Amino acid sequence: MDRSAVAERLEEVLVTELGLDADKITEEANFEEDLEVDSLGVVELLMALEDEFGVQIPDEEAENIGTVGQAIDLVYGKLES
Amino acid sequence: MDNAVDPDGAEMQNAKITGWGKCLPPASLSNDDLAQIVDTSDEWITTRTGIKERRICHVDVSDMAAVAAQHALAAAGLEATDLDLVIVGTCTGDSTIPSTASKVQEIIGATGCAAMDLNAACSGFIYGLVVGTNMIRAGTNSRVLVIGAEKLSYHLNFADRSTCVLFGDGAGAVVLEPADSETGVLATELGLDGTARSLLEIPVSGTQGERRPPDPETAGITMNGPEVFRRAVTTMGDAAVRVVEKSGLTLDDVDLLIPHQANTRIIDATARRLRLDRDKVFINIGSYGNTSAATIPVALAEAIEQDRITPGDVIVFAAFGAGLSWAAATVRWGDRVTPVATSDAALPPTDRTAMELIQPNIDFFGLGAR
Repeated sequence: MDRSAVAERLEEVLVTELGLDADKITEEANFEEDLEVDSLGVVELLMALEDEFGVQIPDEEAENIGTVGQAIDLVYGKLES
Repeated sequence: MDNAVDPDGAEMQNAKITGWGKCLPPASLSNDDLAQIVDTSDEWITTRTGIKERRICHVDVSDMAAVAAQHALAAAGLEATDLDLVIVGTCTGDSTIPSTASKVQEIIGATGCAAMDLNAACSGFIYGLVVGTNMIRAGTNSRVLVIGAEKLSYHLNFADRSTCVLFGDGAGAVVLEPADSETGVLATELGLDGTARSLLEIPVSGTQGERRPPDPETAGITMNGPEVFRRAVTTMGDAAVRVVEKSGLTLDDVDLLIPHQANTRIIDATARRLRLDRDKVFINIGSYGNTSAATIPVALAEAIEQDRITPGDVIVFAAFGAGLSWAAATVRWGDRVTPVATSDAALPPTDRTAMELIQPNIDFFGLGAR
């Protein structure tokens, strides 16, 4: 799966599983500040990504996810390795 | 023993739920009430938890447990003297010596039968259901009362806004009786991860260490919310899927999920793992908050009252709690969804408001910065 395919699926997860507004989702959008995802929402995001992509995201790596683009990079990196 | 068949292939006796009852104390504490004393708001609590109000008990756990038990006995058409085992799932009992079950047994008049407390925190009701079921399957008991009852308000620290909004008081009960193997409890799973026990705890709540005076710093509930959330969804969801599979059923066969009511978002995430639409999930957390071991039997009683269960339905119970414990069970409901009789058992009335009832907690723990 190339990065743009990961991005497309991830953005779909954000809309269908987390109920985020598709119009506000950009790679630069910060989950907590721009998308108003609260602390439990971050946990829901991690679980949704693990389910969708079949990857494991430990807490220490999860802390690096601030923006949508960073989430895409993390998942893409895991699928590559 | 998943399908109630013994190794020789002979059909074994199973256990089914023949009575159900609940007891919620009358005093209600709303989110707006809490916002008067805690730095929080109805919007904050509602979006994060789904809770709108919770009940605060003016009497004891055993009083609520006994009222729920009397309704369950009436629904089953039994007298207390018919019982041969009483299990009280609780982590907030009246006393540790003797057990809370002894008080419940005394109140309902089931003198002489076996009675015990069972502490698996929020998983306590399902743990009790499984123990009671297997006592019936083993042939040692035939009329078992399983109660989940809690008075978590006793431990609420209103200086900790992350936990004090979550919990409430209540009790629910079921009666278990023998059944053929096709109905009743089909498959069960109990588990616990002791390495995660500090994620949700009352740091000082027993005899650990040396005797010391009560300390507000260690006598309240503490919780790592995000981590408990993540583990709850995973363990509760996975256990629910496994008990459905162990029952020889598929997720499409599930008619109703009755999950532990800790957080609407945990319930939603669990339902997603089970691929269940929300109309197949029973949710009443808005009215009562997290009443620990009481949530599932209270929800079951309300599901029946609201005609959400019909004969032959496949119901899944799933819970997680401090420990971290988890539990799940599939039940094929029998042919009766109406009570044999009704009881007028009720708690003594009170004029005290929820705000008055929590004042001793405020006096002990203090209040946080606002």
